[in-house]
Amino acid sequence: MDYLGKDIFSIHESLVNGDITAEELTRQTIENAKKNDEDINAFVVFDEENAIKQAQEIDKSGIDPDNVLSGIPVAMKDNMLTKGVLTSAGSKMLSNFKPIIDGTAVAKMKEAGTINIGKTNMDEFAMGGSTETSFHGKTKNPWNLDKVPGGSSGGAAAAVAAGDVLVSLGSDTGGSIRQPASFNGIVGMKPTYGRVSRWGLIAFASSLDQIGPLTRTVKDNAVVLNAIAGKDEHDMTSSNKEVPDFTANIDKGVKGMKIALPKEYLGEGVDKDVQDAILAAADKYRELGATVEEVSLPNSKYGVAAYYIIAPSEASSNLQRFDGIRYGYRSQDAKNLEELYVKSRSQGFGDEVKRRIMVGTYSLSAGFFDAYFKKAAEVRTLIIDDFKKVFQDYDVILTPTAPTPAYSLKDEKDPITMYMNDILTIPVNMAGLPGMSVPAGFSDGLPIGMQLIGKPFDESTLYQAAYAFEQNTDFHKQDPKMGGAQ
Amino acid sequence: MSEKISKETVSHVASLAKLELTDEQLPYFTDQLGSIMGIFDSLNDVDTSNVEPTFSVTDQINVMREDVADNWGQRDALLNNAPDVSDGLIRTPTIIDESGD
Repeated sequence: MDYLGKDIFSIHESLVNGDITAEELTRQTIENAKKNDEDINAFVVFDEENAIKQAQEIDKSGIDPDNVLSGIPVAMKDNMLTKGVLTSAGSKMLSNFKPIIDGTAVAKMKEAGTINIGKTNMDEFAMGGSTETSFHGKTKNPWNLDKVPGGSSGGAAAAVAAGDVLVSLGSDTGGSIRQPASFNGIVGMKPTYGRVSRWGLIAFASSLDQIGPLTRTVKDNAVVLNAIAGKDEHDMTSSNKEVPDFTANIDKGVKGMKIALPKEYLGEGVDKDVQDAILAAADKYRELGATVEEVSLPNSKYGVAAYYIIAPSEASSNLQRFDGIRYGYRSQDAKNLEELYVKSRSQGFGDEVKRRIMVGTYSLSAGFFDAYFKKAAEVRTLIIDDFKKVFQDYDVILTPTAPTPAYSLKDEKDPITMYMNDILTIPVNMAGLPGMSVPAGFSDGLPIGMQLIGKPFDESTLYQAAYAFEQNTDFHKQDPKMGGAQ
Repeated sequence: MSEKISKETVSHVASLAKLELTDEQLPYFTDQLGSIMGIFDSLNDVDTSNVEPTFSVTDQINVMREDVADNWGQRDALLNNAPDVSDGLIRTPTIIDESGD
């Protein structure tokens, strides 16, 4: 099954009508995804056996006509625990790890009747923006096989863009759902911090991480968030705020909506084509009856610096658990316990992970804590206050998702250039706000995404604004050709 | 805070993080950590004298629950992930190396 041009609702109809069984659909989905993977390497592992078994069970009990997710094949990012199925977080450290539980989001997707066909590739421990740091090799962008798919949820985004699946779940710490969604011309939502349980998500930076859906359409995305959102007793940071039906107001339009356009997000470093696409999107919103006005988020420019202190600090603490004792990679040439820790970690982690662990360790160390970690946390407050101020007068903030379209797989990349690429998505994580990327244009055949940022727990308004844009543009109707550069 | 980080500091930080760097890796990481630390200097431009730090953005504070142990009853499944197991226990090398000197 090739999902280009399709959505959850059209596949649901075929399932309900009996045009195809869940088992047939699952088999065809895996077959197509495997074929595409010869070009793009979006998957780390396929879970054919469990997927077919689950599909057969769904066929036996019958497709639920009232549940559009019933029998829909999906994919999970490789940092989300899947019972009995490899969960490596793209790392050698966990290259043999099979969890004994499903994470909450994975379990909720299963309860909703979706069928997980496999795990998608990612930057090691979600640290990166190009999926090039994975232990399992690079993933390629289906729009142009010489380009990166973005990251860290690069496999998740490429799988959806290539038509492997309609839905994948990703995680986003500084842009890892939105930026690959942008690079792949699909829809990616990072919900409000606390909206989706992080239980069973391998922790990178716990005050920033959030799970969310990547899909081909806005409405599909809302349907999936409906399924995974909500309080979870296993994650004390998950919110007990009521979860609305995110599709309820999706088609209400943007008439009278107030949209803010922060000037700092359209400045130096942002490609001309990207700027033009966002300004055109602003005009489209005006045409549809919204007010769009320029605003200022003056402290967002410090986001990258503050983030690359806070996220590595939290990571250095979270990744201490990987010691080669209870699970994961263990070095074979250690003579004593201390050597076992050091050699297992030194051989099991890749360079980017080591860099971040060291930056974090340094920032938290005695004598530097105030100058680095505390200072970054104070700047974080200022970034949050900027957003609060703007949201007193506006419903939604419109920005580009990434400064450029997908870049080349071949270029040598230095860490600083890579970090600066997250400049437009990071502030959203720092403030814990919901943010999504929606297809908004093309540059030399590569997709451009626009980012919509909302008030805390107001994903509904984001979907409403995104849906209005999608229904009045045709960017999302174009499909990748799975070819190389011309 | 803009002082360039030294090889000695990087070496010390690596050992705190239980990482070892080879002689080739040390200058490579020192250079990179130096430039990464360089971007942090921009934070000096920000006046935060009356600003409280934000360490978390959750709306949940002090979530209470009964203090009950939950035995998952999955010892064998858990041990399947351990690199070295013997008699239902995880094996490690000796804490003090007695093999050599």
